[in-house]
Parts: sequence; C-alpha cells; structure tokens
Amino acid sequence: MLIFEISKKDRCNPSQAPLEKAAVEKIPDRFRRKQRPLLPQVSELQALRHYTRLSQQNFSIDTHFYPLGSCTMKYNPRACNRLAMLPQLLGRHPYAPETTGQGFLACMYELQEMLKDITGMAAVSLTPLAGAQGEFTGVAMIRAYHDSRGDTGRSEILVPDAAHGTNPATATMCGYSVREIPTGREGDVDLEELKAAVGPKTAGLMLTNPSTLGVFERHITEIARVVHDAGGLLYYDGANLNAILGKVKPGDMGFDVIHMNLHKTFSTPHGGGGPGAGPVGANETLQPFLPVPVVTHEGGEYRWLTEISLPHSIGRLSAFMGNAGVLLRAYVYARLLGRDGMQRVAEFSTLNANYMAAQLAKAGFQLAYPDRRASHEFIITLKQLKDETGVIAMDVAKRLLDKGYHAPTTYFPLLVPECFLIEPTESEDKDVLDGFIDAMTEIAAEAKDSPEQVKGAPHTTPVRRLDDVRAARQLDLRWRPRD
Amino acid sequence: MPFIPHTEADIKAMLEAVGVDSIETLFDEIPAELRCGELTNVPPRMNEFEVTRLMLERAEQDGYYINFIGAGAYEHHIPAAVWEITTRGEFYSAYTPYQAEASQGTLQVLYEFQTMMASLTGMDVANASLYDGASALAEAVLMAVRTHRKARRVLIPTTVHPVYRQVTHSIVTNQDIELLSVPFSKQGGHTVLDALKSHEGGDLAALVIPQPNFFGVLEDVDELTNWAHRHNALVIAVVNPVALALLAPPGEWGDAGADIVVGEGQPLGAPLSSGGPYFGFMCCRQAHVRQMPGRIVGRTVDATGNPGFTLTLQAREQHIRRSKATSNICTNQGLLVTAATIHMALLGPEGLERVAAQCHANTLALLEKLTAMSGVERVFDRPVFHEAVLRLSSPANDVLRALEGQGILGGYNLTQYYPELGEAILVCATETRGHEDIDKYTFHMERIMSKRRLDPPCAVKANPKD
Repeated sequence: MLIFEISKKDRCNPSQAPLEKAAVEKIPDRFRRKQRPLLPQVSELQALRHYTRLSQQNFSIDTHFYPLGSCTMKYNPRACNRLAMLPQLLGRHPYAPETTGQGFLACMYELQEMLKDITGMAAVSLTPLAGAQGEFTGVAMIRAYHDSRGDTGRSEILVPDAAHGTNPATATMCGYSVREIPTGREGDVDLEELKAAVGPKTAGLMLTNPSTLGVFERHITEIARVVHDAGGLLYYDGANLNAILGKVKPGDMGFDVIHMNLHKTFSTPHGGGGPGAGPVGANETLQPFLPVPVVTHEGGEYRWLTEISLPHSIGRLSAFMGNAGVLLRAYVYARLLGRDGMQRVAEFSTLNANYMAAQLAKAGFQLAYPDRRASHEFIITLKQLKDETGVIAMDVAKRLLDKGYHAPTTYFPLLVPECFLIEPTESEDKDVLDGFIDAMTEIAAEAKDSPEQVKGAPHTTPVRRLDDVRAARQLDLRWRPRD
Repeated sequence: MPFIPHTEADIKAMLEAVGVDSIETLFDEIPAELRCGELTNVPPRMNEFEVTRLMLERAEQDGYYINFIGAGAYEHHIPAAVWEITTRGEFYSAYTPYQAEASQGTLQVLYEFQTMMASLTGMDVANASLYDGASALAEAVLMAVRTHRKARRVLIPTTVHPVYRQVTHSIVTNQDIELLSVPFSKQGGHTVLDALKSHEGGDLAALVIPQPNFFGVLEDVDELTNWAHRHNALVIAVVNPVALALLAPPGEWGDAGADIVVGEGQPLGAPLSSGGPYFGFMCCRQAHVRQMPGRIVGRTVDATGNPGFTLTLQAREQHIRRSKATSNICTNQGLLVTAATIHMALLGPEGLERVAAQCHANTLALLEKLTAMSGVERVFDRPVFHEAVLRLSSPANDVLRALEGQGILGGYNLTQYYPELGEAILVCATETRGHEDIDKYTFHMERIMSKRRLDPPCAVKANPKD
C-alpha cells in the first residue's frame, strides 16, 4: 500500500507545523499556487508505521550478508553516525564564518591529511560528492593540465574493457572520446595493446587497481611508464582501495590523480543509493587544478582556500563544500581504525575473499582467474552451470535471496560470461562465509535436480521476480488518484 | 581488531583452506618495491569513548548561533521521526536497489518521492535525485542541450545563485556549451524581458529561470517562460521546494509550463550540516524522460501479477550505456530522499504551506524592523518569498562580524559576488526564527548601526554562550 492510499482529506500533524497559517497577502495572486500539491495527509503514527514497514522490506548490511562486488558493503559503525549528528554539527550553516566552525574544520583538515598519506598524494580536495563526481574531477583536472600547457591535441581517454561504466561516461562528460584496452588472459591489461594505443592523442588512462576482475595489476609500473612517455597522465579509480589500504599507495604506483569512495573504503553508509563522498588526491603536477574549497591550517586557524588563492582550480562542483556529514563519518571511522587498523582492513578483506574463492572452487564452482591471488574480491563464472542446467547467473542471484543472502554483483565485469563478482569485506566472520558457500552449493544441486525452483526464484521475498520489460514499456513513474 | 571478527583459530583454518602460511603471502603479487611502510600521518587508533569525547569537544567549540543566513541552504524544523526512521539500518545500510526483490522498501520510498515531487512542481515525472541543487542545474543544462539537438547556448540570469552558475560552468564547459549571463534590473532585482532582447534571433537551447531568485525576489515567470518558448528555447526552472507550497508550480508557468525543473532538496528534511549531504531533484515532461540523468523507479508487476517496484529506463545509465550514457552519475543521495519523503509525509500539504507562509511572514517582519533604523535599506522593490537584500551604511563585513560576536549570523555578505550592490547582505528568516530571535537581531543591529557598540567593540567571542 502506498502512503497516498492511507491519506485522508483534512488530516494533518499540527505539532509539526507553525500553530496557524500566516498571512501572505504581500505575494500577488499571479505568483500564487492555485491547487495544493498531492502530499499525503496522514498522522505521525501512520507515517511512522508505513515507513518502518517499508524499511523491513529491504535487505541491508545490518540484516543480511551483502557480498556485492566492487561496492564494499562493510559494517557501518554506529558511532560514526551518532558523532556526525551532534546538534552543533548538524545546525551549522555552510556560509557560517570559519570562526564558528573551527572544530568542524579541524576534522576536515585532519581527514585531508590522512587521505594524503594513505594515497601517497601531495594534496587532497574533499569536495566531490560521490565516486562518479570524483572521476569527473580527476579527468577534468587532466584536461586542465594539458590545456594549461597549450597541449590541446589530446582527445582520447584510455579505459580497460573491464572498467566500471562510470569511467567511459566520465570521459565523455569531459569532452573526450574513449578507447578501450583489452584485458590479457590472466586479467592484467594487455601491455602490447596499450603500447599500440598510446600516442599524441592520449590524454590519460583511467585504471582501477586491483582491477574489477579482482586481481592486482602486476605491470602497473610499466603501464605508468608507457602512458607517461606518451605524454598522458594516469587516473586511479579508488573503487577498490579497500584491498590495498596501508599496503600500497596509488601515488607510488605512478598515478597522478585519484578519487576515493568514502562510502566504500571508509564505511560511510550506502543509504539505499547515496550519499557518497569522492575526495580527490593529486600529485604535485596536478595539485594546482584541484577543485575548491580545500581546508588549510595556518597560524593556528583553519580556513577554506577558494578560487582566489587557487586560480588554476577546475572550480566548484557543488553549491557548498561537499557532503560534510559523510566526511565526518569517514573521519570518525578513520580515528577508530588508526594506522594499524587501515592495514588490517586490507589484510582481512583479502583473507576473506581468498578463503571464499578457495572454498567455492573446492565446491565445484569455476573461478574466472584460478591462477591468480584474489584481492578483496573475486569472480566466479556460472557458464558451465548454465550450459548443463539452463539456470543462469541471475537465477542463482535471486535464489540466494531466498536463502537470506544478498546476491553478489552479477554480469559485471562484462567480459566474463555469467559472472558473479563477490566481495565479502573484512567485517564478516568465517561462519557467515561458510553459510554463503553452503547456500551456493545447495543452489547448484537444485539447479540440477529442480531447475524450475531456481528459475522461479525468489519465492520468499515481499514480491516475486519483477517484470522489468513491462516497467520500461508501460511507464508508471508516479501514483495518480483514481478519480 | 576494530570491526574485524576473526579469532586466531578462524585465521588458521582459513589460511589452511587457501593453502598459504600467512596473510602476508596473499599480497605476493604486488611488486615488492611498491609496498609502503607505516602510515605516519594516520594517528594510532582510539576507542569509541575517546573519539566521542574528541567529537563532543569539537562540536562544543563550534557552539550554537541564531542563524539568519539562507543563500541556498535553509534552517527548518525537521520532525524527530524523520531521522529516527531514516537511520534505521534497513534504510541506512542498504545499497542502490539493483536487486529489486530485496529492495522494495527503498524502491517504494523512491516511487512515493517521485510522486510528491512531480506534484509539487506540476511536472509529469521526477527522478530519484541528483547530488545537490547546483549540480542538478548543470545536469539540466546538459539535458536541455541533448533535448534541443540544434543549439548549444544557454541563458543563465545573474539572479541565479552565483555558485550554481560556477558549478554549471565547471561541469558543462568541456562539452562546447556556451553559458550566457543576463543582467538583472537594478530596481526590482529580477530578470526583465528587455535584458533578453539582445539574444533574440540566436540559437538558444534554454533559458534558466529561478523562482524565487538568489535575492529572494519573485521573477515574472510567466512572461519569461513564454519568451523562451517563442524563441524555441527550453525553460529550466530552479525552484525552492518549500516555496512551491505557496508559489505557482513550474509546470503551470506561462502558456506551456517549464520543461525541466531542478532545485536543492535540502529544505525538505536535510539538516544544514555545513553544506551536505543534501540532494538535488529533477522533474521533467514525460516526453523528455529518456534524456533525464539518474535513477528512475517504475511500478510494474511480479511473476504472480502483484504490484512491485524496480529501477527502470536503465538504458540511459552509465552501467549499461557506458560512454553514451545521459550522465556519469551512479550513487546519488538516496538516504536524503528517504528523509525528504518522510518529511513531506509528516508535514502534508497543510503543514508545508504553513511553513512556507511563516517563513514569508517572519522575513517580512524582520525587514520591517531592520529597515526602520537609519543606515539599513531595502535594495529591491519587488515581492520576495523568504529572503531579501539589504544595503548597509557601514561595511557589511564589519557589521556581520559584530553580530557574530553577539551569537547572531546576520546574513550572507553579497559584496564578493555582487560588488555593484554596495555594502549589501542577503537576510533570511525561516519559520524557526520567531519574534524573540528577530527582536534580538534588531536590538543588536540597532546598537551596531548607531555605533553604540557593546563592550568589547566588535570583538568576536569564541563562545557566544559565555
């Protein structure tokens, strides 16, 4: 039932609004609204009950194992939420003077400093609002760098074929054309193809390392040399930073600019699709182009640096300073982990992934890269299962929901057929991983014995499998009253 | 180990299963020369009670102020239930609802949100959010250019928030799109048709119309909309969702209505929080929905014919279309949209209208009191919603600093972006700034403007409660 179907005319919540309606006769009639908007008219209890019940129709980290590859669905510590929601922090206006926000700015400055260290970069800007905006920032900075040198002939961004869709979409938004580089048999970038592709048109390369194939790019130093020799720059997509936290710094691998997804690596909540935060780090070459504002600490005071002191900046990406509340959660998380805790994130997320890969292989599942170490995630391909039983990866994903597990990422990366990209994260314990492996084993058996049960899944969720084709063809994007 | 549940026995069993002798061996594919040492700039870990103490101290240091700043972010009452429900783990710690059957809660919330926003703006459809109001305007400009097909020039009046204009420039500049500014009337602080005349005849993709505009002033949206449509340009409306409880929805502007509507969703349940997270919203006509960026939720049926919700029109998005997607946006502001939906449900049409009316009334009351003193005057003579520009006879910066010393944030200093207005500030009184706050502001402003300064003169106290 929708909230609008509970609604009754003339019901309201007097305690949530001013006691009476103030006069508005100074607003001439021609500017005024004639008909009230269709907002629900429900009591506070009705609203509370409705949205509480809706929440119970979600899978979430707090209720289920959620091994979604490339999304880092780790535990979101409650302390981070509580401490980012202290009333003074929530009540502060973004244009309140810096003198009234020294406590807040201290957190932002220290977060910048920690992220510099972790990434091996010369400077960090916290302002990008999500991973994709961080990517945009990075590529726009690469463009600004080439333009600043009068090097305007570079029109291509190179992207491995295993990349996230945001990489090519970002290159387009920055006015570049996209050239895909194929992946070699063992999951590394095909170096010969890369060497053939670089040249005077190359503006840069966008790379995730470990890659979306769940393996560490072993030739990264050579790749960086090839791109740099051609005059291009290297952009690091921080989607998989969890795997190497405190182990390797992107700056040391040769990257010039990087973004981080704090809603992955730094455990800020995914919130059903955001908010994220996508801070960007740059080496000394690209530092002048970072987006503003950036926090600085001078003479015992914290203050914002703006376009006035950073004239080469690519500018602003949001109305204010970024997703402050998300950055505060990440700051608290970083302080709770400390320097040793960072390394342990990489160690135990990697241990969990390698353990699951080994156990699934023993259970008869086929690893996409059986000769490689898994990073914090790994891929299995269900192509053999499909050939034998007709059950496809999507069916297995839906059947996992019946067994109380959120499905891994399916059908990504695009170059592995019928694939699952599985990322357990460090915060799950061995018993949970074993339970998931048992569920996968059961489903494989069901696929052989009673394939219809798997193809018809899910059976136990609030709704059965949804008709996506109908959703796109008979668009129903809003509720309308019957009369 | 914080947030890592492994016992020694677990670790041993897991390493045996993998067939390695140590966790360190799992990193042996990383070239040794790339491995880093200790993270010296990350401090050692703290316990939860130590971090709590640190954060409490920092929050105390920042203190409380009586806020009369608006300028794109507004202090409103947020019902207690909004964030109690929003931060339930099932909403807070869920991912983007790709697995629809395991995400019906989030999906239905988004469908309800789309319904509310479409109705509030008078448009056919809404998406499930963008990052914020400024980046939503940039996306609207890109969408207008895609939809128009022929023109790549967009008119943005200088009455649009100056930072929105900067952000739009940062985001669209690499795609050969020309942004042209339009000056405002010195008398009314609005955009007049005369100022648009010089652009007639040129190929225009869109005209941006803010309502209310950055100065709080109401624009003549009907005639601006009709002008744009007469010249074959789309209309992009930039609106405040709370104001829409009182003001004509963009879908009804002029003869045909606006084509794309965007805005900052923060006034609907998002705390000020130093600038974010907020959310941007976008609505449009049904005919343009395939050009819209971001997630969209549709209602459909399941295998047994029961209704359910799913992400739809995904062929527009980056994970399917890659370099040909309508935008690179992936993660948006889902949790803020959840809060906004609950916020709107708790206020209802009557509550939202009362909030809007009270904001308007409080601002008029503030203006009346402030302009009654010498040295403070209204700059524009047009009707306003809940903000207005005041010119001061003393330097704006000094006056605002002196007010800050009394625990009052007196407004937004306009001298950086609008030096032509002189020593001008933008003031705002929402429904939370009642008579007591307005009287306090007036009392101190009076003293400051008449140079009868309090002791110590102009000093800024570290803590206004002292």
